[in-house]
Amino acid sequence: MPSETLLARITDYASRPNPYPLYAELREAGPVVQQADGSYLVGTYHEIASLLHDPRMSADPRSRGEVTHKPPFLRLDDPEHHRLRTLAMRPFGPPHNPGRVDAMRGEIDRITKELMESFEAGRQIDVVDDFAYPLPVTVICRLLGVPHEDEPLFRAWSDALVAAADVRPEQDTTETDKAGDQARIEMGGYLVNLAEQRRGKPSDDMLSAFVNEPDPALRLTQEELAETAVLLLIAGHETTVNLITNGVLTLLRQPEHLDQLRRDPDLLPRVVEELLRYEPPVHMRERIPLADMDIAGTPIAQGAPVVLVLASGNRDPRRFHDPERFDPTRPDNEHLGFGSGIHVCYGAPLARIEAQAALGALLPHLGTARLVQDPPPYRQNAMLRGPRHLPIQL
Amino acid sequence: MPGDLKDGRIVIVGASLAGLRAAEALREEGFTGSLTVVGDEPHPPYDRPPLSKQVLLGQATADTTGLPMRRDPDAEWRLGVRATGVDLLAKQVLLEGGESLPYDRLLIATGTRARPWPDQEEGALDGVFTLRTREDAGGLAERLAAGPERVLVIGGGFTGSEIASACRERGLEVTVAERGPAPLVGALGGTLSKLAAAMQRNHGVDLRTGVTVTALRGNGSFTGAELSDGSRVDADVCVVALGAIRNVEWLAESGLAAGPRGIACDAGCRAFNMYGIVTDDVFVAGDVSRFPHPLFGYQMLSLEHWGNAVEQAKVAAHNMVNPGPLQHPHLAVPSFWSTQFGLNIKSVGVPTYSDHVVIAQGSLEARRLAMVYGYQGRVTAAVTVDMAKSLDYYRHLIETAAPFPPPPGAQDRAIAADIAVPSDVPDPSGLSHGPIVALTGHLPDRRLSVVQPTR
Repeated sequence: MPSETLLARITDYASRPNPYPLYAELREAGPVVQQADGSYLVGTYHEIASLLHDPRMSADPRSRGEVTHKPPFLRLDDPEHHRLRTLAMRPFGPPHNPGRVDAMRGEIDRITKELMESFEAGRQIDVVDDFAYPLPVTVICRLLGVPHEDEPLFRAWSDALVAAADVRPEQDTTETDKAGDQARIEMGGYLVNLAEQRRGKPSDDMLSAFVNEPDPALRLTQEELAETAVLLLIAGHETTVNLITNGVLTLLRQPEHLDQLRRDPDLLPRVVEELLRYEPPVHMRERIPLADMDIAGTPIAQGAPVVLVLASGNRDPRRFHDPERFDPTRPDNEHLGFGSGIHVCYGAPLARIEAQAALGALLPHLGTARLVQDPPPYRQNAMLRGPRHLPIQL
Repeated sequence: MPGDLKDGRIVIVGASLAGLRAAEALREEGFTGSLTVVGDEPHPPYDRPPLSKQVLLGQATADTTGLPMRRDPDAEWRLGVRATGVDLLAKQVLLEGGESLPYDRLLIATGTRARPWPDQEEGALDGVFTLRTREDAGGLAERLAAGPERVLVIGGGFTGSEIASACRERGLEVTVAERGPAPLVGALGGTLSKLAAAMQRNHGVDLRTGVTVTALRGNGSFTGAELSDGSRVDADVCVVALGAIRNVEWLAESGLAAGPRGIACDAGCRAFNMYGIVTDDVFVAGDVSRFPHPLFGYQMLSLEHWGNAVEQAKVAAHNMVNPGPLQHPHLAVPSFWSTQFGLNIKSVGVPTYSDHVVIAQGSLEARRLAMVYGYQGRVTAAVTVDMAKSLDYYRHLIETAAPFPPPPGAQDRAIAADIAVPSDVPDPSGLSHGPIVALTGHLPDRRLSVVQPTR
């Protein structure tokens, strides 16, 4: 049966430039498709949305008996997840800091302008290295309070951690897992050390806020601080770089939409929402059932890995009209680009502002730009999907 | 001919949420005929949830809660005009002043109004308020901003509790008098009402339960109230939050099935006449309707819910311009929300349609939980407190008539998840305010006979 190898075919690097035909095949095969290794793929919108809201689906690898350290809140269940996510939200968003992200607009615009200073007509640039990567890194460094000059340091850790988090069926992952663990420990130690330097000497960043929290009941332990800070730093840039790059690629591939956007920049927020549906940075999330259960008529055993293919749900014709079409004027666009349920993307408001600022600033350059290589070379990762480089001629 | 349904004259009586959404939906459905919306308030449609929250907190003014129009419904708005009756035979809506509006199809969305204090003279004292309209909210907000010594809230339903919460947030002393055993007991049943009572007391509300207010006192201005236990509350502002009255009196002579429990209609929002015969040109939507719901034993439900007004308006509009076989049923699972005392309370299903409850996730102690309600062994409702993201899961259990108690395996599953306790839903007649979900089926109390129309 071809479905037995679907996950392997999806994660095969050769599929990276265009996994969407495989997602269509997945949806054809049924809402829940068992793989040869015992895992399940779910690729239809309504089933994914329902599982993301199902309190019986665990995000914690320990639910499957995996012996590991206590994960960051992204991979914890309630009530522990709720406690840590709430504490992490205090210096970042509502209700305690409702204006924090919005107040960064000006700074994000300034960083964007700085990055574009060297962009001249006729020059070739790499959208990833010259723009889409440095922007979110600079932003998350400012927000967390991490010195930007340490970027090479955490870039290596980040690469190792993201590689370890990928979905890789039928592969020996011992080495990548070990490297990921090592990176996590080193990066956590580095961030805790940075935070400790601010104890009693708070500056206006999140690490300062974490260590200087006056209420003892609302303080993170050192281990929790390390996990949370690592998560925020990595998630704060690994995803946005793909969103921006995918955005540039999509617009250059669809000149009519680029023209439309150049004529009407007010469409930008909707372009970004449609990108999150059409070319989302996060393609898959894994969940683990805490009990034997039944999903759309398929019985699933407790502990079996269930891979929710968010990017496939985003193109489910039972949910979206003409889903393979990029349409920023789509009236009803409740995409799964940020997930849904209790783990819905923590950084979504920041990601939206960054992507809107980045694409808005690039717009004047894109009218005459052309893709040097299509498809561009992609990153290895199937779960966090995006081009490794995107050379364009200005 | 089906095509004719997209044309002709449609009149909507009621210019609030349901009336507006229906008007928009009619155009979205391709209705090209003439559309008239009649409303007795002088304002264009406005939103009510903020009136008991942001407006009382001074975060928004009452005149800024206008409902956004999703599209111009291209309607003739007859605002500040009261409808006084319907002539079903002549197909005319009668307006005050003697004018009449002919219609081909009629939508009734006249909603509810606040139940006034029963003693008119006492209710007219300066400082005594109800809270339903923009003017009510504006006047009360102004009075709260002036810093009264104490506010007395009569009725511990959602409106009363939200008002008390807003008062405390503004640092005002507040007394809540509730005839039932606890606040919110009529909507949420016994167990959650205990949490509601604890929240009120922890936030400094002087909560009096099991008492009624017997008289409002004052000489021109409100000064205090007497309670059934012989005590007295001195206060300078009083909010009467005794629930709502359905705006049906204008239909008394119409021959429609309109009574204190609302206007009865079928699952397609088509109004019944007084003999239970369905009309094909009169439709009902929103708070004023009562309709049969298959998930709750086809009992006639009457819902004072924002979401129901929106859903029912959409269904009614669709059915007004489509022939029978293409008509839609109104099957939405009821849901509502409230914010008070820092808690986010959300409900799906009908909590009062229950015999038992379990705390499926979280705990009363954590003030974060999902309470699941069951009736005869199946899930019929769920209420979350600061756990709204689980609500879709419970909605699915309700829609699929899942067995009660719900299956094991949920994260944050409480020890109490397997221990069903009586849902302890009180008789609505023992509450000082009306329930916001009313099961309106009843037994006839006299012999039925047909009264022939005079024409």
